[in-house]
Amino acid sequence: MDGLSGQKPIVVWLLNISVVLIVLLWLFPTLGLFVSSFRTGDQITASGWWSAMFPAEQTLQIRAADPDEFRVETSDGVFVVEGQIFGDEPFEGTIQAWSTSSRRLGENAPGDTYDMGDGESFTLNADGTYIWQGNDDQISGRAQRVFIDAETPPEFTLDNYNFVLFDEDNSEGMMKAFLNTLTVVIPATVIPILIAAFAAYALAWMDFPGRALLIAAVVGLLVVPLQLALIPLLSFHNSIGIGKGYLGVWLAHTGFGLPLAIYLLRNYMVGLPRDIIENAKVDGATDFQIFVKIILPLSFPALASFAIFQFLWTWNDLLVALVFLIDASGQTTVMTKQIVELLGTRGGDWEILATSAFVSIAVPLVVFFAMQRYLVRGLLAGSVK
Amino acid sequence: MNPAIQAMITMIVGIGGCIVYFYGANLLLDKVLFPAKGPNAGRNINRANMIRPWLFLLPAILALGLYLAYPVFATLRLSFLERLPGNEYAFVGFENYTKMFAEPKFTEAMINNVLWLMVVPAASTALGLLVAQLTDRLPWGNVAKSIIFMPMAISFVGAAVIFKLVYEARPVDVAQIGILNHLYLTFGGDEPQQWLTIPFWNNFFLMIVLIWIQTGFAMVILSAALRGIPEETVEAAIIDGANPVQIFFKIKIPQITSTIVVVWTTITIATLKVFDIVFAMTNGQWETQVLANYMYDKLFRAHDWGMGSAAAMIIMLMVTPILVWNVYNARKEMR
Repeated sequence: MDGLSGQKPIVVWLLNISVVLIVLLWLFPTLGLFVSSFRTGDQITASGWWSAMFPAEQTLQIRAADPDEFRVETSDGVFVVEGQIFGDEPFEGTIQAWSTSSRRLGENAPGDTYDMGDGESFTLNADGTYIWQGNDDQISGRAQRVFIDAETPPEFTLDNYNFVLFDEDNSEGMMKAFLNTLTVVIPATVIPILIAAFAAYALAWMDFPGRALLIAAVVGLLVVPLQLALIPLLSFHNSIGIGKGYLGVWLAHTGFGLPLAIYLLRNYMVGLPRDIIENAKVDGATDFQIFVKIILPLSFPALASFAIFQFLWTWNDLLVALVFLIDASGQTTVMTKQIVELLGTRGGDWEILATSAFVSIAVPLVVFFAMQRYLVRGLLAGSVK
Repeated sequence: MNPAIQAMITMIVGIGGCIVYFYGANLLLDKVLFPAKGPNAGRNINRANMIRPWLFLLPAILALGLYLAYPVFATLRLSFLERLPGNEYAFVGFENYTKMFAEPKFTEAMINNVLWLMVVPAASTALGLLVAQLTDRLPWGNVAKSIIFMPMAISFVGAAVIFKLVYEARPVDVAQIGILNHLYLTFGGDEPQQWLTIPFWNNFFLMIVLIWIQTGFAMVILSAALRGIPEETVEAAIIDGANPVQIFFKIKIPQITSTIVVVWTTITIATLKVFDIVFAMTNGQWETQVLANYMYDKLFRAHDWGMGSAAAMIIMLMVTPILVWNVYNARKEMR
């Protein structure tokens, strides 16, 4: 046994630490995109996403209120502007230091009154209220600038998702592509299952000449690169009048998914107990009844495995959609294509890119974590593709 | 028509059609063509049972034949033809191939593909094996495995965006937002690097994306294989005084060799077909071209079907040994 019990604590520690490191290494790239999708464009370019969890220190440059409008004469010849330096919006950070000149950054603490000479003074409190005081000449013209060293708490926003998904004016939004992807995926997942299930049953439980040859053919077709199919099938689709469109992409995904579907389902069905099937036959059930009433319900795990594979594969596909679906009008674009376009046109706008990419990643991730069991089972049964 | 409605109709027509076909064909066979009654009942049942498998198989055979088998031959044919204006074709023999071999971009794609084939399957399998072994007896091993398996669900395009952010470079005087450049500068690099534009090495930065995706797959399968190893063999080795490293390399690995080969070949096929990652991240610029993207360029940008098909045939040729080996194994297993 190489169980943990027989090992020195130091080895156990090393083991745990190395696994933690690997897991972090694997998680970090995705996490970066996830965190970035909740930050504004300014935040993303101001600091790396890994510092987004911590309060950010930044120097804000703000002007006091316009003296010509807001100054008040308190006593003879003394004018005062009072107010809230951050205006009406609530400020969530803390002021650590401030100054009235860029050459003396951070020299005053909150609450200090700084003497600007000739009787002019400026006071800034920790809550952002300020008093700017001086004579008629000093409290006029342009408002006093204040440089504030502030610590702002981590801030996340859903605006990116709003913009990418729901903004009607956003011509590069993901909503249409999302719906198009869904339109491609659902029929392309369901139809091959049905066709494959019947074929798999015939290959598993029916006896006929040529069966072994057909099984070998399916195994061979498993690895045929779909690159070979592009031009011949596109010509074929054009010649029978389908052209580029949903019907073509559904048919193509069905064809390309079938070998794996038949292979997985056959391997599973062969393992079902022979007794059940033979008893049913003795009782007078036809092959069709056996298939529908016994085999299909028992094969649910294998059906689920394949459904997940086909779902992930069609949702994440780019090549098949590019060739068989997306025409010049761009009305039928899918998410993967839309993201590739964004990489070209919005290369630096990480808030848009990250959010768009995450919109397309989110659904497969949910499916993945919810159905991981079936996915693993399917992988173990059909690790040829 | 609204695509969503069209999708609904397709599903109903598709599924309904399948059900009607299978049910109807069976009914036809049993009740009309060869009814199991009358003077020839016994002969009829036998006949019906001879035909039935083909009824079940017909849609699948049609789809497989049309969408996978026929294209192999059609592409082979196209690779010997040149497309002339007006949908005419001329037979040109091996000219498409010789022209292609003479192109520097093709040589580059071939070299890069071989590089990918040497690095990605080896690295993914080795990493997968390492993680499978390390997490084997860990109390939280399943959580760790889940996370490393997760990239399997992420599209190549999504992964491309993810890693573009990792590799992002910003001018030297502003904050770095790509973690690789951040680390590079923290550990003594002099200026931020545009990782994807450094010829030769950029191939490896692209490969990392595929390794990141495929390691989880290798891990899942190898982890199951490791668990299938009989305990006695390991116990015997411990009693004989073997240390954990020896147990791993001399007892465990030899027992899972066939699984390692399966994982290796599966990842090899995925690597051969790699397209989306290169398409989205560099599009073959800066000497990162690979065969699948070269083929796409020829087919859909240059509209040169002859050379595109020739490139596709090269990919097919590279897959063929694995195809033959898989079929050979499957037949051996069935006997």
